[in-house]
Amino acid sequence: MNIMKKVGIALVAPVAALLAAMAITSAVIIAVGGPPVDFWRVMLSWPEADEIVNITNQASMLYLSGLAAAIGFRMNLFNIGVEGQYRVASYVGAIVAGTAIGPGLFTAGLAIVAAMVTGAVWAAIPALLKVTRGVSEVISTIMLNAIAGFLVGYLLLNYGQEIGNDRRTTPLEADTTFTGWTPFEPADGAIWTLTILAVLAGAAFWFVINRTRFGFDLRATGMNESAAVASGVNVKRMVVISMALSGAVAGLVWLPELFHESRTASFYSGSQFQTGLGFAGIAVALLGRNQPVGIAFGAVLFAFLSVQAGDLEFEHVDVSKDIVLVAQGVIVLTIVIAYEVVSRWRERLEQRQIQRALQRPGTPEEAVAS
Amino acid sequence: MEALLRRMTKISAAVAVLALTFAGCGRQDDDNGGDDDGNNTGSGGSVCESADGDGPKVGLAYDVGGRGDQSFNDAAYAGVEKATAEVDATCFEGEAEEGEPESARVERLRQMAEQGYNPIIGVGFAYSTSVNEVAPDYPDLSFAVVDGFDPDDQPNENVAYLGFSEHEGSYLVGVAAALKTQKDHIGFVGGVHNDLIKKFEAGYVAGAKSVKPNVKVEIQYIEESDLSGFGDPAGGKAAATGILDKGADVVYHAAGGSGSGVFEAVAAKGEGNWAIGVDSDQYLTAPADQQPFILTSMLKRVDVAALAMIQSVADGSPLTSYQVYDLKVDGVGYSTSGGFVDDIATQLEEAKEQIKSGEVTVPDKP
Repeated sequence: MNIMKKVGIALVAPVAALLAAMAITSAVIIAVGGPPVDFWRVMLSWPEADEIVNITNQASMLYLSGLAAAIGFRMNLFNIGVEGQYRVASYVGAIVAGTAIGPGLFTAGLAIVAAMVTGAVWAAIPALLKVTRGVSEVISTIMLNAIAGFLVGYLLLNYGQEIGNDRRTTPLEADTTFTGWTPFEPADGAIWTLTILAVLAGAAFWFVINRTRFGFDLRATGMNESAAVASGVNVKRMVVISMALSGAVAGLVWLPELFHESRTASFYSGSQFQTGLGFAGIAVALLGRNQPVGIAFGAVLFAFLSVQAGDLEFEHVDVSKDIVLVAQGVIVLTIVIAYEVVSRWRERLEQRQIQRALQRPGTPEEAVAS
Repeated sequence: MEALLRRMTKISAAVAVLALTFAGCGRQDDDNGGDDDGNNTGSGGSVCESADGDGPKVGLAYDVGGRGDQSFNDAAYAGVEKATAEVDATCFEGEAEEGEPESARVERLRQMAEQGYNPIIGVGFAYSTSVNEVAPDYPDLSFAVVDGFDPDDQPNENVAYLGFSEHEGSYLVGVAAALKTQKDHIGFVGGVHNDLIKKFEAGYVAGAKSVKPNVKVEIQYIEESDLSGFGDPAGGKAAATGILDKGADVVYHAAGGSGSGVFEAVAAKGEGNWAIGVDSDQYLTAPADQQPFILTSMLKRVDVAALAMIQSVADGSPLTSYQVYDLKVDGVGYSTSGGFVDDIATQLEEAKEQIKSGEVTVPDKP
C-alpha cells in the first residue's frame, strides 16, 4: 500500500505536467486557428520504422547534451555553454577524424579524445573566469557560444575544403566510420554505433555522482556551499573540474552523427552540423531532474516530438512545425511547476500525518513530543 | 527555505531557456507577419492546395524560411506556380526548420519519393547531401537541387544541380548603385559569409568599381557560418544601419529573409538612401512605405530553373548534372519596378551586353 502510494505520488507530477502541457499547446493551436485534434493525432501516432531509428539517434545526442548540462546543475553551476562547447569540439573532432592519421579505429579514438579535450578546454574558460575574477558563468558561457560560432565559421571559411557552394572539413575515410545497427529494412536506416557513447556516459555519470568522493563533494557543494567549504572541499577546484567535465561530455554530443556510415562521406560543414542540441540539452536536464534515468526520458520525449513533427506537413495538418518548439518549452515549464506543487503538497500531507499522530492520546509519540 | 531558493533558481533557469527558445520563434513570427501585410503569399494561399492537373507531381522542399520569405524560396514557388499553369503540374510543399538535423531533410525527401513525387526539388544547397543519400534508391524519379553540388565522386544519373551566375547579376546592380550614390559610398549585407554569398559581393563590387573606380564599399555579413543569417531581419537591420551610419547611401543585400530588416533600416534613414533587393523582384512584395526606397532587385531566376526542370520531366527527358543559369539565358538580371533605374537604363543595358559578349568577365570571388 505504502509503495503503491509512493509510486503514485512520484507519477502525479510528470503525468499532470504532460496533460497540462498538452492543454496549453492545444490552446495555442486554437488561438492561431489550427486543428488541435489533427495535430495530436499525428504527433501521438506510433512512429514508422525509420522514425524510430531517427528518434533513437536524436535521443542519444540530446541525452549527452542533457548529461553535460546536468553535471553543472548538480553543483549549482549554470553551464549554458554546451551549445558552443559541442560546436568547437565537433569541429576539432571532425578535423582529427579526417586526418586518417592511423588505422580507422585508432583515428576515431583519437578524434573522440580530441573532441572531449576541446570541449573541456572551452568550458574551462568560464570556470577560470569565475574562480579568478568572479565572472558569472551564465553570462560568460552565453558569450562564448557566440564566439564559438564565429570562430568555427572563420576557420572553416579560411582553411576548409571548398565543395560547391559550401566549405567542409576533410571527409572521413570509410574505415573511420561505423556501420551501426539496422533493426528494420536497410532503407529505414541504422541506429548509429556511437549512440553507445550515451549509454556509457550515463552509467559513468551515475557512478561518479553517487559512488565516488568527487561526486559527494560535487553534490555537497551544490546543496550548501559553506557547509562544503567547512568540511574541507576546495570549491574553486571543484568549479573548474566540474565545468571541464561538463565540457568534455558536451564534446561527445555530435560524434554519433559524425562517425556514422552513409552514402556520402562524413564531415563537418555549416549545413551538416546540427545546431541547437546544447540549448535543448538544458531543457532535457531540467525535465530529467538531473538524474541519469530522468534525463533519458526527457531526451526520448524531445526527440520523439521533433521527429514526429516532420509528419505534420505530409498529413496535411495546417499547423506550423514551430508549434512543437512551443510544446517543448511548455513541457519544461509545467514539469518544473508540477514538481514544486507536488513536493509542497507531499510536505503538507506528511505534516498533517504527524499532527494527527500527535493529537491521538496515549500514543508513544505524545510522550516523545512532550 | 534553502531548498525553496534552490528550486527558484532552477525555475529561473528554465524561464531563461524558454526565453531563448521563444526569442528564436518570435523572430520568425515577426517575419511571417510582415509577409502577410506585404502580399498574399502567407501560409494559406498556395497553388499546391488547388492545382489538380495531370502533369508532373512536383515535390518542393524549401530551405529555412520557406514560402513567404519574399526572396529565394518564393522565387522557387513562382516557378512551380507557372508549371501548374503551363504543364498542368500539381505540387506538394515541405519546409526546413532552423537547425534541423540532416536526417530530417533525408526523411522529407524520402517521404516525397515514397509518395511518387517527380521531380523532387530541394531549394538551397543544404539539400545537396540529403539528395545524394536518397536519389540512388529511386532511379525512376528525378531530383534537383537549387545552388546544389555533388558531394562525392560518384555522379548521380537522376540529379540536376541548378546553379546561377549570381556574380553577373550582382555586377549590374553594382553599376546601378555606383551611378545612384551621391556620396561615392555604398554597402553590401550578406546573410552568411560563405562562398555562395561571396559571389554576390564580388560581382557587386566589380560592377560598382567599373563605373566609379574610387567608390567606397562597406561589406557586412550577418553570420559567419550559421544558416540562421538568412532568416534574421533584426540582424539585417543592424548590419544595414551600421553601413548607413558609416556614410553609405546605397545598400545591396544578399540575405534572403533577413533582407526585410535591411529595407526597414534604409526606409528609416529616409530620402536619398537606396536599398537593392535580391532573388525576387522585392519592390513588388515590400510594404508601401518601403517601396520608394527599393532601387532595383538582382533577379536570380530560381523560377526559370524550377520551371525548366519540371518541363523537362513533363517532356520525358529530365535535366541532369550541372545546369548553369547565367545572364545569356536570363538566369540572372535586374528588376525595373518602381522606375527608379529608368534614367540609367542605357548604362545598365550596355553593361549587360558587355558581359553577354564576353567583353567583360565578372569575378566570382572577392
